[in-house]
Amino acid sequence: MKKPKMQERGTVLYQEEKEKMPLRLKDWWKYLLGLGLVFLYLFPFYVIINVSLKEFGDTSSRMQFPDPVYWGNFQKVIEAGDIFVGIRNSVIITFFVLLLEIVVGCMAAYALARNQSKVNEIVRSLIMSVMMITPLTILVGVYSTMSKIHATSTYWGMVLLLSAFGLPMVIFLYTNFISSIPVALDEAAAIDGASNFQIFFRVILPQLKSVTVTVIILQGVGVWNEYTYSYYFLQKTEMRTITLVIKTFFSAVSNDYGSAAATAVIGMLPLIVLYLFLQKYFIQGQVDSAIKS
Amino acid sequence: MTKKRLRRLNWFYVPAVVLMLVFIAYPLFNAVYLSFFKWNGYSVDKEFIGIANYISMFEDKVFRSSLRNTLIYGFVCTLLQQVIGLALALFLNMKFKGRGIVRTVIYMPAMVSGLVMGYIMYFFFQTKGGVMNDILNAFAGTSYDWLGNSTAAIGVIVFVNTWQFVGVSMVIYLAGIQGVSQSYLEAATVDGAGPWQRFRYITLPLLHPALASSVIYNLIGGLKLYDVIIAMTDGGPAKRTHSLATYIANRYFDAERAGYAAAIGVFSFVMIMVISMIVNAYFRKTEVKY
Repeated sequence: MKKPKMQERGTVLYQEEKEKMPLRLKDWWKYLLGLGLVFLYLFPFYVIINVSLKEFGDTSSRMQFPDPVYWGNFQKVIEAGDIFVGIRNSVIITFFVLLLEIVVGCMAAYALARNQSKVNEIVRSLIMSVMMITPLTILVGVYSTMSKIHATSTYWGMVLLLSAFGLPMVIFLYTNFISSIPVALDEAAAIDGASNFQIFFRVILPQLKSVTVTVIILQGVGVWNEYTYSYYFLQKTEMRTITLVIKTFFSAVSNDYGSAAATAVIGMLPLIVLYLFLQKYFIQGQVDSAIKS
Repeated sequence: MTKKRLRRLNWFYVPAVVLMLVFIAYPLFNAVYLSFFKWNGYSVDKEFIGIANYISMFEDKVFRSSLRNTLIYGFVCTLLQQVIGLALALFLNMKFKGRGIVRTVIYMPAMVSGLVMGYIMYFFFQTKGGVMNDILNAFAGTSYDWLGNSTAAIGVIVFVNTWQFVGVSMVIYLAGIQGVSQSYLEAATVDGAGPWQRFRYITLPLLHPALASSVIYNLIGGLKLYDVIIAMTDGGPAKRTHSLATYIANRYFDAERAGYAAAIGVFSFVMIMVISMIVNAYFRKTEVKY
């Protein structure tokens, strides 16, 4: 892999709307096309909300607004309580994966950005090439490893596994960022007698806020929505994450799509709400991370 | 900084490396090792059978169709996502009121797990009671078995994955377009270049880095496609819509052929690696410096 030179790519900032847009008649086709796109992208969300608000026996079209609106599915799902177990597990796993990735990732990135020896270049290329390993290809190996160390259906096993797979991206983002911090700052602190650890915690860490936000958003979305590994390694009912709870509802033989849809709606809601409020950061994070080749 | 100090700094990456060695490198070697055995996945004994698993791969019809499907999911989705993503980016870079809302909405599905998106789309493409058939019924009076026919089902999966993640390409292209200096475009206008020429000879070449990032992102995403397929068809009908990813899981857990699953895994690992390296090299070669 090519070594990502700082600021070579990825300097492009996604700009938010600031200027006032004119409302002109000759732009009619833009509004028409824009409206069509909004419809195309909101319609599936409308349908799943619709289904979640219909009673089991209601055979009206899924496009038709529920009449009357039936809240029973949500009530049922909340009373069953599985969804809260799922949310709790997802929150715990997401939190600890992020914590581990940030601590371990930015420490590694600091060393790799500052000490660009030959050996470290190899270490870095190897870490970056891990980004191309997709989870399923080594499923058999991961499964037997996880069983051997008794890590299946445990929080720690899942956290360590997901962190390992997320780390290359995290290290990539931090290395790029740290390379842009002048070495002179480290050197000044070193002359003052600070140890590597002190320099890292006092000089470098405080400057990493913006890139850490990117890491949290990017990896947070990934871990919250994770399904592949969770399905195989969190098989105990009480360990299921929100995605697995949703799957259970959908694959239940009863075909109770109303409850399944209600669960899916609750499961999607946190990220969508966060996205709508913090859009700028989500999109900037996406742009930063995609510039990874 | 002193040499000694720098060398001591290397301790900082030890935790990360150890974590990746235990959970990625070791499993990878383990998978390669197991691919030479006949093993059901849980028993203590396994039988060494050399490269027999790799040979049976090519005699396995389902493997061949999974391989073909994986390439379709990878390349067709990527192609569609670039064309549509770039078109959307160009459109949403024009000035009109409310374009921000359109951008927001198009990127939104990327926030949803592929599995959940698959289920939502199942509500659309289900034969009985699906939204698509409701629409077809209303206009043409017929219905269609979208997921019961493998060709159509593959098309549907390609559509769903493209639809869900085209926003990512759009955002990358938008960032690229916004990075194109206005002065180049103005200079070209002064020289008499029309909108098409400005796009073709200025914007497009300058979008090269965006194109490279977007293609690689989508390509890896498509080649590893898993959860949408699980939610919509679970590999069916008659195992005809499997990707390599879903087929690995299927062989391992449903057929209890762990060694064989490992061999397919190793194959697809090497395939994805080689494809990304070729694509990467291609983009590096065509890179233009300004």
